[in-house]
Parts: sequence; C-alpha cells; structure tokens
Amino acid sequence: MTDGTETTVSPAAPASAAQAAMRAVLDASAVSRALTRIAHEILERTQGADDAVLLGIPTRGAHLATRLGAQIAAVEGLELPIGTLDVTMYRDDLRLRPARAIKRTEIPSGGIDGKLVVLVDDVLFSGRTIRAALDALGDIGRPRAVQLAVLVDRGHRELPIRADYVGKNLPTAQRETVQVRLAETDGQDAVLLGVKGAGAR
Amino acid sequence: MSELASEKPSPAADAYTERQRGGGSGNWTIRGARILGGEARDLFIRDGVFVAEEVRGAQVVDADGLIALPGLVDLHTHLREPGREDAETVATGSRAAAAGGYTAVHAMANTDPVADTAGVVEQVWRLGREAGYCDVQPVGAVTVGIAGERLAELGAMADSAARVRVFSDDGHCVSDAALMRRALEYVKAFGGVVAQHAQEPRLTEGAQMNEGEVSSALGLRGWPAVAEEAVIARDVLLAAHTGSRLHVCHLSTAGSVELVRWAKSKGYPVTAEVTPHHLLLTDDLVRGYDPVYKVNPPLRTQADVEAVRAGLADGTIDVVATDHAPHPVEAKDCEWAVAAMGMLGLETALSVVQHTMVETGLLDWAGVADRMSVRAAAIGSLDGHGRPLEPGEPANLVLLDPAASRTIEPAELHSRSRNTPFAGLKLPGAVRATFLRGTATVLEGKVIDR
Amino acid sequence: MKRHLLSTADLSADDATLILDTAAELARIADRPIKKLPTLRGRTVVNLFYEDSTRTRISFETAAKRLSADVINFSAKGSSVSKGESLKDTALTLEAMGADAVVVRHWASGGAYRLAHAGWIRSAVVNAGDGTHEHPTQALLDAYTLRSRLGSLEGRRIGIVGDVLHSRVARSNVRLLSTLGAEVTLVAPPTLMPFAVEGWPCSSSYDLDPVLPKLDAVMMLRVQRERMDQAFFPTEREYSRRYGLHAQRMAALPEHAVVMHPGPMNRGLEISAEVADSTRSTITEQVANGVSVRMAVLYLLLGGSEPAIGTENEGGAK
Repeated sequence: MTDGTETTVSPAAPASAAQAAMRAVLDASAVSRALTRIAHEILERTQGADDAVLLGIPTRGAHLATRLGAQIAAVEGLELPIGTLDVTMYRDDLRLRPARAIKRTEIPSGGIDGKLVVLVDDVLFSGRTIRAALDALGDIGRPRAVQLAVLVDRGHRELPIRADYVGKNLPTAQRETVQVRLAETDGQDAVLLGVKGAGAR
Repeated sequence: MSELASEKPSPAADAYTERQRGGGSGNWTIRGARILGGEARDLFIRDGVFVAEEVRGAQVVDADGLIALPGLVDLHTHLREPGREDAETVATGSRAAAAGGYTAVHAMANTDPVADTAGVVEQVWRLGREAGYCDVQPVGAVTVGIAGERLAELGAMADSAARVRVFSDDGHCVSDAALMRRALEYVKAFGGVVAQHAQEPRLTEGAQMNEGEVSSALGLRGWPAVAEEAVIARDVLLAAHTGSRLHVCHLSTAGSVELVRWAKSKGYPVTAEVTPHHLLLTDDLVRGYDPVYKVNPPLRTQADVEAVRAGLADGTIDVVATDHAPHPVEAKDCEWAVAAMGMLGLETALSVVQHTMVETGLLDWAGVADRMSVRAAAIGSLDGHGRPLEPGEPANLVLLDPAASRTIEPAELHSRSRNTPFAGLKLPGAVRATFLRGTATVLEGKVIDR
Repeated sequence: MKRHLLSTADLSADDATLILDTAAELARIADRPIKKLPTLRGRTVVNLFYEDSTRTRISFETAAKRLSADVINFSAKGSSVSKGESLKDTALTLEAMGADAVVVRHWASGGAYRLAHAGWIRSAVVNAGDGTHEHPTQALLDAYTLRSRLGSLEGRRIGIVGDVLHSRVARSNVRLLSTLGAEVTLVAPPTLMPFAVEGWPCSSSYDLDPVLPKLDAVMMLRVQRERMDQAFFPTEREYSRRYGLHAQRMAALPEHAVVMHPGPMNRGLEISAEVADSTRSTITEQVANGVSVRMAVLYLLLGGSEPAIGTENEGGAK
C-alpha cells in the first residue's frame, strides 16, 4: 500500500487482534472477479490495448499489475509490457514521516514515450500517491496518455484525480482504514475494513 | 548544616559580622574537629598561631563532624599571570586554591614572560601576597624562556625575595641530558630541586592522546608511555650520579611508578607527584573528542590509574599535585587537535583524592595530609606549611566535611576558567573552612573576600 | 536521535544494507535522461571542506543536486576559514544560513564528531573524512562496489594493504566490512600497523604474499611519500617490493578477485599501472558508485521527518 495516510499490516505482525477488529469487504474470489473485470475494461476502453504499458506502484500495485497483465494475456493472448514505478522520492509527505526505504522502479525496455500508461495501485484515497506517480512519470518519458486502475476506491480525494478502472467503490469514513491483502505478500487475497487504532498498526 | 555557627551573644553580632567579613582577627576556637580524621578535639588559634589554651573573645567555629588537615600545598599550579590573565590571574587562581583547601601553591614558570628571572618571580610572589588567599611560591624556569637551551639565572631567583627553590620547565621537558645534568648539579648550591616534565619530544611529535587502543580507534596520534618513562629512567640515574634532588612532575604510567619505586629502593634522591585527574580518569573519555579531556601528560588506561593509586598509597609517589591548568573557553570549544592541553584541579583535588584514595581504603586522612601537604611542603622547602596542628605552629589548616557530596558545576568554580574534566560528576567531601596563618580565607564553604 | 553519519561503527548491518539497497535503486536513475529527483527540494546541503578533495566534494555535490537540494560549497580556500575563523564560528554561520546538512571534510580526527556534538549546530552532519579517523561514505561505496562484483559480503575475504596507520579509509572499511560479515585482513609493515590492532574486528599480517591467494578482493591504500622521511619505511623501492601490487602479485589472487583503490593512486608505488588499468580493477567503478551511495546517505538522513540510519547515541563520552 502506498497511499500516505493508510496503514498496512505486515505479514509478520500479529494478525489475530488486528483481524478481529477488521471486517472483510472483499474475499479472495471477489478480488479475483474485480481484477478480471478491470482487465476486460482495459481491453475494451483501449480498443485492444496494443500500445498499453502497465506500471504498478510497489508493493501491492506491482503485484496487481502483474496479475492484470496475466489476465489480459489469458483473454487476448497479448503480452503487455509490465513494470513498476516507485514514487517515494516524489511524495509530498516525506517530511511528515521517517525516511522510507525506496522500492524498485522497473520501466519495460520499450519505454513509455508515446505509450498508453496504465498506473495500477491497490487503494485510491487522497490521490497524493497518484500525483507523485504522475510527476515520476514525467521524469521518465512522455506517454501518449495515462490511465489509472485501482482495486479499491475509498473516496476522500484531496486532489482532482479519479480512477479510470475501479475494482470496488468502497464508501468509508476518514477514521476507517482499508487494507488490501494479496497472496504474494500476505498469504491470501482480501480487502479488509477496520477502524484506525483498533488493532491495526 | 550549621557547622560554622557562632556562639556570639546577640549584642556583639554586628561586630562579629564585621570581623567575619575580613576573615577574622586571628583568634579562633575550632570546636570538635577530628584532627587528621582521628579523635575530635578543640583547636585554639591566637594571632595566627596554634596555642594550647582557648583565647578569650576568640571567634568560634563549630567543627563537629569536620576533619582538620594542615592547609594543603600544591607543588604544581598554573596561575597564568603574567601573560594570560584571560585564563587566570594570581588573584583568581589563589582564590580557587583557598576554596580547594590550599594555603600554598607553587606557581609554574611557563608564563609570558617566562618566570626565568628574579624580576618575574618576585612579581608573581608579590601578587600572591597582595591577593592574600594563600602563599604563592613561584617556580623558576630551568632554562631561559623554557627553550631548553641555556640555564636561566637560577641563583638569582633563589636569592630573590621569592626565595625560589623549585625549578621547572614544565610544559616542556629538559630533554638535553647534559643540560639536565648541569641543572641538577647547579641547584645543589642553594638546596633546590629540579621538577622535570618527563616527555621525550621526538617520541611525542604531534601526539594528541595516550597511545593505546583508543588512540588507534580514534585516529589520534598516540603518546606512548615510553616517552615519559624513558626520560624518568634517565633522570633518576642523573639524580643518583649528581646526588641532587629530582622531582618527577605528574607521572602518569604504571611504568613510571615502577621506575620511581626502583630509584627510591636504591636510595636515590627522587620524589614524584601524580595529578588528581590521573588518579580518576582514563583515555576512554576521549572517545567523544571533547577537548576538556585533553591534557599533558594524557589520560592513560585503567591499569595506569590503578598503578598510580597504588604508588601514591605506598609512598612511591610522594604528593598529589593538581597541575591546575586554566584555559579560556575558546581554547577548548574547538576541534581536539587545536585545543589547548590542561585541566582545572585546585577546587576538586581534595574531593578526587577522597573518592579515589580514602573511600577505596588506600589512604587514611593522615595519609592525605602527608601526600597533599606535608611532603609537598618538604619538597618545595616551604617553611610554615605542612606542619602538625600543634601549639606553636602557624595556623594553616583546612576543615572539610567528608560526609558532604557535590556535583561539580563549572559555573560555580572560583577559577577564571571553566575547563574542569569533572563537570557533572558527583564527588564526595567539601571544604568548609581554610585558614592561612589564622586568617580565614574560606568560611562556611565560601571564600571570604579580601 | 540518529541524525549524523560520523563513523561506520555507528551503522548496524541493517542500516548499512538499507544504504546499499537504496543506492542500488538510485543508481538506476543515473541511466535516465532526467537524473534529478525532487526529494530534497528546499533543503540546503553545505559542503564544508577544510582539506582539498575535489573528487569527494564533487561527488557529494552531484549527489545533493540530483536530489534537488540547494548546495553551498564552503571551502578552506578563499573563505573566512583560511583567515583563521574557528570551526565553531563557521558552524554558527552555517546554522544561521539554515543548513539542513553539513558535509564536512576536516584535517583533524574528530572534526566531524565535534561539529555534530559540540552544540554549535542542529543540522545533520556527514563525515566526508576526518583526519586519520574515518571516511564512512568511502567505505560504503567500497562495500557497494564489492557487493556488485561479488554478491553478498558474508564470509568474503578482503585484504586492506598499505598505510593502515594513517588511513581513515581503512578504519571505516574494517568496521563496515566486518559488520557486513566479511573477513578483513590488514597487511602493512609493522611501522604502519595501528597500535592495538589485535582489538580490531579483523586479522593482520606483515606479509602480503601469503595473504593474496585467499582473497576475494584486495584494497590498496595510498602511501604518502612523506612517510618515508618520517622513517616509516626506508625507501619507496623497498616499500613497493614488499607491499606494492604489481602484475606478478596480482596473478597470485584467485580468478574472481577484484582490485580496489580509494584514489588518488601513486602508480608505481603501491600499485603498478598494469594492475590499476586491468579488468580486475574497480577503481573507476568506485568513483561512479560514490554518487549513488552519497545520494542514499543524504536521502536517508534528510528525506524524512527523522533519519532512517545510524545507531549513534548522543550521550557523549561519559
């Protein structure tokens, strides 16, 4: 998860107490269905997506991008270029928190100039992560267009940013937390809703 | 604590206060002081001299629980005047001395101008008398300008009003063996002693701290123990050869203690001193690169600390001398490499000795009196100091409260400078009163303005 | 609070690994057309150099600029420093100028430590070499270079050869490489071996030849010619013969072993031209890696509300 004000339970953290306080709003099959739908929408809205590049925002966005790529390949037999885009160094809230380890940025060999870049993230919240991602993209190249795919849109935007593809619109209160759990990082797929401070780290 | 309460009836209170301010007329009754830490008894002073009978109308000092020692004598003090009055003056330094329980200090010669003529030593001596806090006995330089080349006019200094008996180039070593031999021989004519700062110059070029594990880790050039020991070894042999008195300044290593012990076992005319900081502190403190711990000779290792304590306890080391070395703030508030060497010592020496020697059982209070007063006065040929607290003797004494403890605050020191390595340390003991020939220089723990 | 990089002894294995990993990510940015990141925009980094070291200063300057920090170069030449201004007064000036970080090169051991701890300034202090004490970013870039050539440093054998006594690079490397699990052997003539080296986390030898065949990397230290006048060794020829790395000696190294030098080199004294220019030599790589490593250090110290590296306590010496 990369959005500034949300929390993540690491796999190592004691899960029981945290999970007791958190409610699953999407289970594994619902996550899977949402991704399949997004994959189809990308194909539809980009008319075959032949110049699309999927860039996931680490950590979970990167895994989602890989999965979307696989889904698209399964549907259309089309191997889209997939990469990762770390936005840490472009964040506007760096001074609010301790310096963080930076993650991998891996731009596919074809680059992004003139391409349709689909940014992929797990949760869309304030929109600040995506703002940072757009700045980072600008330093790497000049895409034809940029679109945004997210698994969950929980609202509370602080910037004029919207997603093109949404797995699930999830109305939340500010004091609630949304956690996306993926098999790659957390052992299983789920989207959990909880209350800030109620066990979540 | 009301250890220095007066028994004066109220009508005379004003007069009493008046005399108190001036440090008293010289007639005192000191009630119940433990003499050298032993039995408590009363001491009577008339006109600056101990007497057998209480003097009528004498001021009374309640010394219940206090220990009386002869006024302390420092063989090694830097008063900085003339030349560096921004660091210390004879007046401020001798106030600090009184506060520390001293009634006499030997003012080192490395002033500017150097105390290498009768004129300069007499000036320092006179400034000390004018200040009146303790006897300031000048040390004369061995060589002109402490440059280590030509003998200074030692005889003229000895014959001057200052009556110089201790000669030292302290800060520099008289490294030329032939010159050292001549100096030792020459001072025999007037019963002088050469106090050597033992430091082989070539082995210590650019040296910044003790050579050891710490210097190696910190990348600071080391100051090997052998640089001190090699000079001491040579000098004790020269003392034996010339039959003249050698005093080893601020020895700091286990090897130096061994050499002096050997020399004494041979009957050579050798004495030695150790500083309070070498009794307590080690080179580990340098790890923070704080120049307050920069000193010459450098702080050594724990093994050296234990060796100098043992040497002081068994008498191999004759005296504790402070090497009180005031420096202005800017000389210490800087990089280690450019900082001046030296530490304050006068106002903390007795506490450090209590902490390191008395509380460890290595010395009793009679031993402290011996090492901090009696032997120092003898080495310096200083009349009237280091004497027993007996009728007929000059009333030089210090009253200390061994049960007190204090945290050293640089801002509270009487020295003009603040470079104490003991800042923030909690040390035992406190000087409650100091008397110089019957005149109180310190009362109720406070220096009396003169 | 952990906010300075003064010694590699202050770095845990996790800290060091975080710096090296971050540097590896940042190195990739050097290949992009736009090499600049906005991360330290509005922050001021002062390069305070009391010793000439163009290469180190340029490396730090480049690193800071790539992170969009404002850079002020304050060098001993042509400034008030050369007019006898004390380190303290210079520090107070920098504090007044609002420096967020001071990168300091100082001729005195402990210069950086004093600047960080004497209470003169609040900014982060990065030691860019202090006397004969430490040069932590040099050691980090050496470790980075070794890692990129050899993989993990765990159990790797690294020789450091030459004037260890006066070398801040050696001190920093011994501490860092041993923290990262490498086995370090120091090789020097007895006169240039530090006192009490037995207490260091490494082994030592007066002989180079028996050590070479076991090494994964050998780091040659610069030998200053004036050491000869101070009788640390008799002649350059004798030094070179006993401790210099030439082609014949290099052949004794295992196939995969690399040759390092922090620079600047004395070709023909501690290292022959043939060795310096061989494919085993990492010397130019070391320079390039310097920028990434220094970017990582500046980012991790300044990039957040509090630094992410360093375990140094502020308690001072007592």
